[in-house]
Amino acid sequence: MSVLVNEKSRVIVQGFTGREGSFHASQMIEYGTNVVGGVTPGKGGTQHLERPVFNTVAEAVKSTGADVSIIFVPPPFAADAILEAADAGLPLVVCITEGIPVADMMRAWNVIRGGRTRLIGPNCPGIISPGRCKLGIMPGRIHKLGNVGVVSRSGTLTYEAVGQLTHLGIGQSTCIGIGGDPIIGTSFLDAIQLFNADPDTHAIVMIGEIGGNAEETAAAYIQEHVRKPVVGFVAGQTAPPGRRMGHAGAIISGGQGTARDKYAAMSAAGITTVQSPAEIGATLARRLKG
Amino acid sequence: MKIHEYQAKAILGRYGVPTPQGEVAFTKEEARAVAGRLRRPVMVVKAQIHAGGRGKGGGVKLARSVDEVAELAGQILGMKLVTHQTGPEGRIVKRLLIEEGLDIKRELYLSVLLDRSAAMPVFMASAAGGMEIEEVARERPEAILREHVNPAVGLQGYQARKLAFGLGLSAESVKLAEPFFQSLYRAYLETDASLVEINPCIVTGDGKLVALDAKMTFDDNALYRHKEIRELRDLDEEDPLEIAASKYGLNYIKLDGTVGCMVNGAGLAMGTMDIIKLSGGAPANFLDVGGGANAEQIKNAFKILISDSSVRAVFINIFGGILRCDVLATGVVDAARELQLKIPVVIRMEGTNVEQGKEIIKNSGLGFAVADGMKDGAEKAVRAAGGSR
Repeated sequence: MSVLVNEKSRVIVQGFTGREGSFHASQMIEYGTNVVGGVTPGKGGTQHLERPVFNTVAEAVKSTGADVSIIFVPPPFAADAILEAADAGLPLVVCITEGIPVADMMRAWNVIRGGRTRLIGPNCPGIISPGRCKLGIMPGRIHKLGNVGVVSRSGTLTYEAVGQLTHLGIGQSTCIGIGGDPIIGTSFLDAIQLFNADPDTHAIVMIGEIGGNAEETAAAYIQEHVRKPVVGFVAGQTAPPGRRMGHAGAIISGGQGTARDKYAAMSAAGITTVQSPAEIGATLARRLKG
Repeated sequence: MKIHEYQAKAILGRYGVPTPQGEVAFTKEEARAVAGRLRRPVMVVKAQIHAGGRGKGGGVKLARSVDEVAELAGQILGMKLVTHQTGPEGRIVKRLLIEEGLDIKRELYLSVLLDRSAAMPVFMASAAGGMEIEEVARERPEAILREHVNPAVGLQGYQARKLAFGLGLSAESVKLAEPFFQSLYRAYLETDASLVEINPCIVTGDGKLVALDAKMTFDDNALYRHKEIRELRDLDEEDPLEIAASKYGLNYIKLDGTVGCMVNGAGLAMGTMDIIKLSGGAPANFLDVGGGANAEQIKNAFKILISDSSVRAVFINIFGGILRCDVLATGVVDAARELQLKIPVVIRMEGTNVEQGKEIIKNSGLGFAVADGMKDGAEKAVRAAGGSR
């Protein structure tokens, strides 16, 4: 009833003993996520949050049998942390870090893409399968177990949509924050494919924003292959061109990446589009009834 | 981050990209001195602002003598240059580039930038130099040549030659183009540029290639490792409120509406602008106070919003996840009291401890409106700002 993560996921935290890593690791543990240890170079052999700390990801994987890593390493070192996790053979890596230089991410991504490691993020809130595994910085209690898959480039806007769904009594199978950077591991297309193949995901909410053309690529796939109801929203209808709207990837450049184009592609693909971010939940509820 | 043309040319020059001889001038006298050193039959006076379309706007002029350079410099310095990229308010010209004029046989377009979907840099070239690339892409997409560069090995010689022959360069010029293109790629990579654009790159009468114009922008996330580039920032080219906000670490972009927005998270901040528009108003700004906003940040955000004289009402839209609503509400109330806020404020909160948060706002005696959801909040804020423009 979820994609990518569940209650069996064995999680290690890279940047475990840092401020962000500590705070969110304890929040994840409180939610019930199976955090089995962490990595902070130089602090190997110690204990943190009653779990073992290792110097390297390879050691952590060997000792704990971890199959997922979540990264809270500061931007200058985050691409290195992603490569280390991939080198240790982890099948799933979530990178929360915001502010990684594009060139670093480009190099790291060109090494790992096509390999055995799936990367989510960077610059993302993470992924959650309600009631089973929270792998990220999202507030756990707004989620509810159910059958809607949510995929989004944004953090708080995802919480907003999830909050609306839960308020209407509609639960989620898995919510994936794919991240607001120009280069990210898991794309809209990848997430949609996962949701489409998951028998327990009955409908999909897709929250895009200006910049790039990942929404268009996913829309083309949806048109061909997805028969589940899909509701789409695009943030930045009022964003001026040429300005980076908070997220490194949220920019209309050379007339490309506008909300208008993305909405047009979504509508053409049969996705139910929503102009107002306040109507995402209600629109999905209508699609589920109809 | 953006820089000026003369700064971009200096950087590219260090990587071996040929550029016209020239120097920057901040005054008419400096312009005359530069021209005196250049002493060319034709010289060019170019306004330096962070926007394209300077030629059409009257910011680029040819001069045939030192006196004429000085005269033109006097006219252009201090003028309000309006181009299609500056908006109607234009920019005041404070710097000039005085350059040698060259014999132009052909004009080409060259650029290096990230292709997001390929996750690789792409080298673009077109024989339609001098035209805006967006226009070429619209009207003659086949006229744009593209080579993706594998970041592990960089731009290869064959790729540079493929582009150069594709542009119809002579065998002699192709020999010069290969190192030129590779220098351009190296400059892009090593400075963490997000764009290097040469438009036009000219072929001179004697077959040489020269970067007649140059534009470079940089990845803000990589500036921490490029002190020399950080120093090129020109605050005259930025909005004063955006400069102030950046000092507080706030993500703020000034827009031209009347409803000030304070939101946590970039996506929700964009969504909030959108819903204000849908409610018949216009957002005065984009403002992301961040996921972990504290009382101090909220106060700073208020300071920025109320410094914008076009703001008639403020809409605070916070989805408190990690940030608790009671903490937020206390921060808002304290900041409003301290700053003696006079404009109407509408608050919409959702998330942890939302009921306590609402109580704090209601009991503050500040008369802030508490909204029931994002839509209600946007509508109330638009009404408070005096309705639609």
